[in-house]
Amino acid sequence: MNATALSSPTATPASGTDLLLWVAFPYICLAVFVVGHVWRYRQDQFGWTTHTSQLLEHRWLRWGSPLFHLGAFMVIAGHVVGLAVPASWTEAGGISEHTYHTTAVWAGSVAGVAMVTGLGMLCARRLLTRRIRLGTDRSDKVLFPLLSATVLLGISATAAHNVLGAGYDYRETISVWFRGIFTLQPRPEAITGAPLLFQLHALTACLLFAGWPFTRLVHVWSVPIGYLARPYLVYRRRATPAPAPTAGGRPRSTSGSRRAA
Amino acid sequence: MRVMAQVAMVMNLDKCIGCHTCSVTCKQTWTNRTGVEYAWFNNVETKPGVGYPRRYEDQEHWKGGWMLDKRGRLVLRSGGRVKRLLSLFSNPDLPSIEDYYEPVTYDYDNLVSAPAQKDMPVARPRSVLTGRPTAITWGANWEDGLGGAPEHAGADPNLTGAWADKVKFEFEQTFLFHLPRLCEHCLNPACVSACPSGAMYKRVEDGIVLVDQDRCRGWRMCVTACPYKKVYVNHATGKAEKCTFCFPRIEAGQPTVCSETCVGRLRYLGLLLYDADKVGEAAATANERDLLEAQRGVFLDPSDPGVIAAARESGIPEDWLEAARRSPVYDLVMRYKVALPLHPEYRTLPMVWYVPPLSPVLDSVDAAGGNQDDPDHVFAAVTRLRIPLEYLAELFTAGDTDVVAGVLMKLTALRSYMRERTLGEAGDEKVLKAVGLTAGEGQDLHRLLAVAKYADRYVVPAAHKEDAAALTAMENRCPVETSGEAEPRKVMLGIPTLRRHTTAGGRP
Ligand code: HEM
Ligand code: SF4
Ligand code: SF4
Repeated sequence: MNATALSSPTATPASGTDLLLWVAFPYICLAVFVVGHVWRYRQDQFGWTTHTSQLLEHRWLRWGSPLFHLGAFMVIAGHVVGLAVPASWTEAGGISEHTYHTTAVWAGSVAGVAMVTGLGMLCARRLLTRRIRLGTDRSDKVLFPLLSATVLLGISATAAHNVLGAGYDYRETISVWFRGIFTLQPRPEAITGAPLLFQLHALTACLLFAGWPFTRLVHVWSVPIGYLARPYLVYRRRATPAPAPTAGGRPRSTSGSRRAA
Repeated sequence: MRVMAQVAMVMNLDKCIGCHTCSVTCKQTWTNRTGVEYAWFNNVETKPGVGYPRRYEDQEHWKGGWMLDKRGRLVLRSGGRVKRLLSLFSNPDLPSIEDYYEPVTYDYDNLVSAPAQKDMPVARPRSVLTGRPTAITWGANWEDGLGGAPEHAGADPNLTGAWADKVKFEFEQTFLFHLPRLCEHCLNPACVSACPSGAMYKRVEDGIVLVDQDRCRGWRMCVTACPYKKVYVNHATGKAEKCTFCFPRIEAGQPTVCSETCVGRLRYLGLLLYDADKVGEAAATANERDLLEAQRGVFLDPSDPGVIAAARESGIPEDWLEAARRSPVYDLVMRYKVALPLHPEYRTLPMVWYVPPLSPVLDSVDAAGGNQDDPDHVFAAVTRLRIPLEYLAELFTAGDTDVVAGVLMKLTALRSYMRERTLGEAGDEKVLKAVGLTAGEGQDLHRLLAVAKYADRYVVPAAHKEDAAALTAMENRCPVETSGEAEPRKVMLGIPTLRRHTTAGGRP
């Protein structure tokens, strides 16, 4: 799949296991992520939903869901800055390593705590409320453990090494590996020396991405920002004479919205 | 003028006996599936009563429908666009299952499989949501026929005015009536406007409001926005579902299931032509009590040559125009003006209208020691007995008792005139004239309200095959099939197949 990538020269040759874990595995997960989404979007519009459970339980969700989501957005933003943006860029932008580090630890802690608390509440209601537990389908049974594992590993790695510990500069190691994946110049050796917790976090994250298209997480791509601009009233014509439904889909209705109010 | 047609409904409440046949046949057709056990696209409530879901009419609490902001602009009560997106993660105004009721099934199996024993085996109720035995403590029509009303009915949101205190203590003795409800297929549907993904829409050809099951993403905002609480979350599929106005039947020129099976034969279906360009303006009418007339102002006279020309231009076919001219709904709503909308103050411009019941007034006449059959007693009651009138006005005219009184006067006059005629007398036309009807009109209205046959009650023109969703689908397969193995999850009519096989997981 990535012949070029695999054969690209590396400073210290990585072992076979390292290649498998830090090159092949991430690429496989990414491929599943991309192809999975395309497949699901085309085949399963009907299953593409948040699968709301607020009707059945709202007390825990009321706080758990906003906390989790807000935390998640901050955490995602943090990962983008920490992983995708090289240290040299932030420094060029006038942000010293010290400033970066303090901000990261503080903002990261707030985000992490929000996300963990929120997720904890969401998991708790899923386990403790019988109605919700019975409504938990196979994809949820994969999603929630995987998401929890990723989040917990991530936060304990940070806590162990960067908050309580001496500080581990992941920007010079893990980030380099991470960017290498996307620039198609894999650098497995950059992560092999990272602490175990970070490594496990990276691996579960890869798995989470592989699972993403098959779970309710697809709702993330349907953020309805279009709502800010569309006319309030939506009119549609009945389905137009449709070609006989084919295996891939059903008669599509011509849709069009017009302003009425 | 942008002419559109809508298949609308009128119900004559005096004839509803509260048998729930409509609800049951509707349920068997549309919502006997996992995930919507608690949902009744058609339900029948006893009034006064708290309704289903509980107190749904309390919009201060549930935030349904539209309102005018300080500058007189029409806004959704549940909030604008930005607020809606911010409350996506947890909708602050969503009814919970307890506000509907916990759906149950019974251990019927126990009746046949129980071993021989001293006691009679019983079928115990079991929650469909948890699979566990449960006590039934609420339902979609818990206070049926005012059962338990002294305990609950005081919570009816329509009982708010000063006059209402008295009702709370007396109404069990004075009046009750049944109110069958379904989605109103509004001209200005709040559910559509609140749907973040644009999955809900109103059909141009017949005005039916639907949820596109493929586009719904489960943001559950429509449930809050609908003031009648007639959109439901299917908790098994995670998508919104609502009354479809039986569009496959309507497209075939047949009445909806609730209408078809109505025991009281009190439902009417027919076309109303309306001017889509006037909808927004009408919904934003400043005074709530002017909304009724504003909505009537949106409807168009199907016999007016100008309207006919404009309708042709909008592509409405000739047989539909012909059907619009024969529409019983047009007669009741526009010609005789005896039908009124439910809660016009929600500003959604609802399209299921009601002929208000005279029975509460007649009951009051009895209670006051008068004679029901004497029109003078009834007229006096309509003008003097405030209680049923105030109550009906809360429901149908945003509190304007004059309008309700006017309709009830018409019904009383008609009743006395036709009673005389049936008894072989000539009938006193003066009574009719006092309410603005000629003898011919009186007899025509009476025929429509009392003896109309199937073909007079339901004037539904079939959809033109070239654009009927259901008809095209049906050519290829059964419209309500749930998918077989070969073609997974293909559902022709937006009826979701099950994603979960059973909710009552722990059933023996
Ligand atoms: C992009 C904007 C997002 C929006 C508007 C959004 C919205 C929602 C909504 C409405 C629910 C259903 C809550 C309910 O009623 O039960 C939900 C559930 C969920 N979301 Fe999001 N979400 C977003 C992004 C994310 C992200 C980035 C993640 C994680 C990576 C995420 C993970 C989840 C999970 C795990 C659930 C299931 C909660 C539960 O049922 O326990 N969401 N989301
Ligand atoms: S009554 Fe029907 S059309 Fe009107 S807002 Fe409610 S769901 Fe929408
Ligand atoms: S079937 Fe007719 S009479 Fe019976 S409850 Fe329904 S509307 Fe009323």
